[in-house]
Amino acid sequence: MGSNPVTWLGSPVFPKAAKAALADTQLRRNLRKATHTIRDKRTRVVSELPDWEELRRAGEAIKDDVLSNLDTYLERIEAAVTARGGVVHWARDAREANEIVLRLAREAGTDEVVKVKSMATAEIGLNEALEAGGIRAIETDLAELIVQLGHDRPSHILVPAIHRNRSEIKEIFQREMAEKPVSDEPRELAEAARRHLRRKFLSAKVAVSGANFGVADTGSIVVVESEGNGRMCLTLPEVLITVMGIEKLVPTWQDLEVFLQLLPRSSTAERMNPYTSVWTGVTPGDGPQQFHLVLLDNGRTDALADRVGRQALRCIRCSACLNVCPVYERTGGQAYGSVYPGPIGAILSPQLVNDMHDKQAASLPYASSLCGACYEVCPVRINIPEVLVHLRAEAVEAKGRTPESVGMAALGWLFADARRYENAQKVGSLARHLAPSGRISSLPWPGSKWTSTRDVPTPPAESFRTWWRRNRG
Amino acid sequence: MPAPRVGLFATCLTDTFYPSTARAVVRLLERLGCDVDFPMDQTCCGQMHYNTGYREEARSLAAKYAKVFDGYDAIVAPSGSCGGMVREIHPELHGTSDAFARTYELSEFIVDVLGVTDVGAYFPHRVTYHPTCHSLRMLGVGDKPLALLRAVRGLDLAELPAADTCCGFGGTFAVKNADTSTAMLGDKMRNVLNTGAEVLCAGDNSCLMHIGGGLSRLRTGVRTVHLAEILASTEEEPWAATP
Repeated sequence: MGSNPVTWLGSPVFPKAAKAALADTQLRRNLRKATHTIRDKRTRVVSELPDWEELRRAGEAIKDDVLSNLDTYLERIEAAVTARGGVVHWARDAREANEIVLRLAREAGTDEVVKVKSMATAEIGLNEALEAGGIRAIETDLAELIVQLGHDRPSHILVPAIHRNRSEIKEIFQREMAEKPVSDEPRELAEAARRHLRRKFLSAKVAVSGANFGVADTGSIVVVESEGNGRMCLTLPEVLITVMGIEKLVPTWQDLEVFLQLLPRSSTAERMNPYTSVWTGVTPGDGPQQFHLVLLDNGRTDALADRVGRQALRCIRCSACLNVCPVYERTGGQAYGSVYPGPIGAILSPQLVNDMHDKQAASLPYASSLCGACYEVCPVRINIPEVLVHLRAEAVEAKGRTPESVGMAALGWLFADARRYENAQKVGSLARHLAPSGRISSLPWPGSKWTSTRDVPTPPAESFRTWWRRNRG
Repeated sequence: MPAPRVGLFATCLTDTFYPSTARAVVRLLERLGCDVDFPMDQTCCGQMHYNTGYREEARSLAAKYAKVFDGYDAIVAPSGSCGGMVREIHPELHGTSDAFARTYELSEFIVDVLGVTDVGAYFPHRVTYHPTCHSLRMLGVGDKPLALLRAVRGLDLAELPAADTCCGFGGTFAVKNADTSTAMLGDKMRNVLNTGAEVLCAGDNSCLMHIGGGLSRLRTGVRTVHLAEILASTEEEPWAATP
């Protein structure tokens, strides 16, 4: 189908997309280096805090409170933003949100908007929607700019261009920029991006941002970033439009204390992010003089209705789970077919799509070996393996009768009765006569998926239970 | 003190493919003074069903487990994965049961319940240890297997780089995402080979079947041996590869 706005149109199922990514040795080197660097650094800075586990529990509790009382907090932030001179818009889905932003940009009389890095606007495909409406969206985050200029797709929540190394970036910049960088030195590349962006900042009338947090009590919106480009967008233009997923709320200003510790250490492995920008409605004579907050649902209330799955909405988009995931490390983010890759993407995207008949979405909960490393690092304690297994059950239900379900039922029947099981062991053990070497290197389908790269031990002449019966029974 | 009455939960994989591991558990626990029983009605913990999304099959296997292992002082499994399934997931499927709460992975049982780290083993080989994901993260066995291995006479323990990274087995993940699984396995094998160890040890035959299957395919000559078999090995009766 692919018409849902959350996964990319035409994306293949995960195993197929992964196969292509796995063959890209440069990609694998880039990912390996980047994820290992950031994961080691995260471990170091997290271990500096003696109360990290308490902070995680606090983050979990605050977010769970928000999710349980979302209606109250949403009304509260709407009232607070309005009282401070902002305008609140409600968007049920991607189409509504995109229409609102397009209309506001047109009303401001501009054909170009500058953008603060934002997952919500990437999720709804805002840039493409604006483009179709005749308005250019300029990404100002360095990594997003690399993806945009490279006509590429993002592969990481925090570092969308993580799959690119600096020589690839130099080529993209040389191809796309008016003033081209002369080398692939990081300083030179950063300088080229700065020159490129400065002109945009100074001319832009409208900025579009996402939000890391929205404070229900005060109506304040918070964006944390590393480069300061976001702050340029949040201060220079006349009109500021923020698109925020409805789950991004925290109840009070004081709650930020918890998240401003959890987020930077989990994401960039920094003690504090370099730029934390907060704005509350409109302040005459200072900053944007028009502020619009678009509250985005796009599948979130459906996810909220799922008692197990809803914990995915606690996510603060730190990407710690991506950086430790052994699957993500090998396949990269694009294999997940959505702006949300890695373990969180594997549980969030299918819920936002909310259609297990969508083959691509249904393949995502299986894109994990359930090793549990993601749960261990998650700053808001999302039990990702639990949700993965929960969504797999939904996928199985949606698929109905398949060779797999028949096989699973047969195995269940076998395991239900120990005598039956022992007889099957005896039959199976005859296989050893087919492989006198003690290993089997080729099985018929579906075993061939195992033996394409791995031997199987031949079953022994006697199972343990038969031995026990003979010796101890 | 009477000998603790221990129910051995062999797990379906070990029972069927690695009977020498279950025999080693019996030998080891009896040497440590336990009264070991193998209730014949046991089959499988249902983890493969549960993890693949077949909850109902897993639920009836959890019920079966609770019935079969009712009344033992402790139930010991030579698997962090199946042990984790029983202790952490079975209660969610079938409600709490003493049988679930009293289930231990082998190293946990020896160190925490029996209070022993030197089990009198002898194993004169260079060994590297892979801590399997579920024993590490679901059960939190920590360094217990390493403490047991360090006390084994003759054993030369080689540290495995990136030890706590998944080997890529993950049950049906290995076939549903065979290519990704193999890529993870490749890195695990490279780390194992870099240690120069003759033997790769782990507390789960499932992971060992996966890594061992790769090591065998590439004719690396590195053996995979379950922790139980190393701990059961003594000077009088040393470990021998079983056909």
